[in-house]
Amino acid sequence: MIQTPLVRLQDVTISINEQTLLENIQLDINPGEIITVIGPNGAGKSTLAKLVLGLLKPSSGILIHQPKLRIGYVPQKFHVDPSLPMTVKRFLRLAENASNWEQALARVDITHLASQPLSTLSGGEMQRVLLARAIQIQPQLLVLDEPAQGVDVTGQAEFYQLIRSLRDELSCGTLLISHDLHLVMAATDQVLCLNRHVCCAGHPETVSNDPAFIHLFGDQAARALAVYHHHHDHHHHTDGTIAEGSECTRQNHA
Amino acid sequence: MLEILLPALLGGIGLALITGPLGCFVVWRRMSYFGDTLAHSALMGVVLGLLLEINMTLGIVVGCALMALILGFMQNQKQIATDTLLGILAHSSLSLGLVVLSFMPRIQIDLMGYLFGDLLALTFTDVGWIYLGAIAVMLVLFKLWRALLLTTLHEELAAVEGINIQRTRIALMLMMSLVIALAMKVVGVLLVTSLLIIPAATARFYSNTPERMALSAAAIGVMAVLAGLSLSWLQDTPTGPSVVVSAFIMFLASFSYRQWRQPAH
Repeated sequence: MIQTPLVRLQDVTISINEQTLLENIQLDINPGEIITVIGPNGAGKSTLAKLVLGLLKPSSGILIHQPKLRIGYVPQKFHVDPSLPMTVKRFLRLAENASNWEQALARVDITHLASQPLSTLSGGEMQRVLLARAIQIQPQLLVLDEPAQGVDVTGQAEFYQLIRSLRDELSCGTLLISHDLHLVMAATDQVLCLNRHVCCAGHPETVSNDPAFIHLFGDQAARALAVYHHHHDHHHHTDGTIAEGSECTRQNHA
Repeated sequence: MLEILLPALLGGIGLALITGPLGCFVVWRRMSYFGDTLAHSALMGVVLGLLLEINMTLGIVVGCALMALILGFMQNQKQIATDTLLGILAHSSLSLGLVVLSFMPRIQIDLMGYLFGDLLALTFTDVGWIYLGAIAVMLVLFKLWRALLLTTLHEELAAVEGINIQRTRIALMLMMSLVIALAMKVVGVLLVTSLLIIPAATARFYSNTPERMALSAAAIGVMAVLAGLSLSWLQDTPTGPSVVVSAFIMFLASFSYRQWRQPAH
């Protein structure tokens, strides 16, 4: 069966102030598929999210969104000034089509927070509020930009599990930007390893064996992810940065 | 007596009705220095009005809007922090206004009136302008309320939800410019910001929704105008500062009250 992707990026390059942020990106986001984007700081992960969200336009290449695509967005940082009085309930109802806010809160287990002011929430609570807000519009595409920052490991694992089950219920395409390698890997269908360009892409186990991935993250991280043990015969920095002159293979996923 | 008091009363109330709600955005978005800089540049607007022989209020609106544009443009560079930039532009534009005014010796203007306001010198024409502006600002606030709130919370989230951020931002700038122009005659260049932020900050202590805070700020502003005007009338104190002092007393009382009572969220 041929699916039309929700979002398609073809040879997308984006430069801002003569600085190339992303180069020759190929990416299809299909319904019901979780794609996790990993990569070092400054690799352009957030830029990719902004392209997919339609907040940035590519400098060259083609970016196609399915018409009338409903996008749910969970931003990276969400600071509410305490001078602005706003409850969780009010925040959810501020969305254009907010008739399902009660179900959305119940779905992510935070019904008890409905009348809490936003500025008093903890990191984990805020994360669920943002997720509830994103799913209340029944999104076809869910974009999460490093959603688990400042949340403890157990909380993160639960959160990614929640995203996985939400994907099953809504059968929405999901783009997940993340730092937390091993936690995310268990919940994802595709991994896109980014460092200004797509270093490698594919299923988590394939990617964890890819030399480009090992170059980028170091073999400890790779070993933690690998389903089976692997051998490699090259060198790289222990902190996971790319060794000078090392080359990333460009294996774009189909 | 009524001829002097009535325009002052009506004008002051009309102004407080919009500085309250608009001031909430100044507080929420941490724009009080920005507002102050716009207000300081209002004197340049007066000069502009005199030079081009156009309506003074229009001159001030244009002057403030220009300043807002310059600020927006200058914020794109990274070497100088925004607060430094705001300080430079605020005082330079005020000084520039004063210097250029001195080159126009034939023009007699009440400088103290522009700097500190003179509510009692308000005419019915001024009152007409204030209400026209107030109604315009209220309509825009009402229409853009959701967009303004969402952009204040998170600009990118708002953009993803289909809100035109650029348009919302420009609308806010223009509303601020207009309100500053209208407030000039009432409290003057140096005190305009206080009318925006003191009622809004005071209202925060009594509000658990943004709407309630906006309405409370309007009510508190009106009370400050009434109290300030009475003080000025009875004790012959300067009106602009009297209004600000009244607002400040309400803020102080509310602040102290909340210090030993549970704060409102």
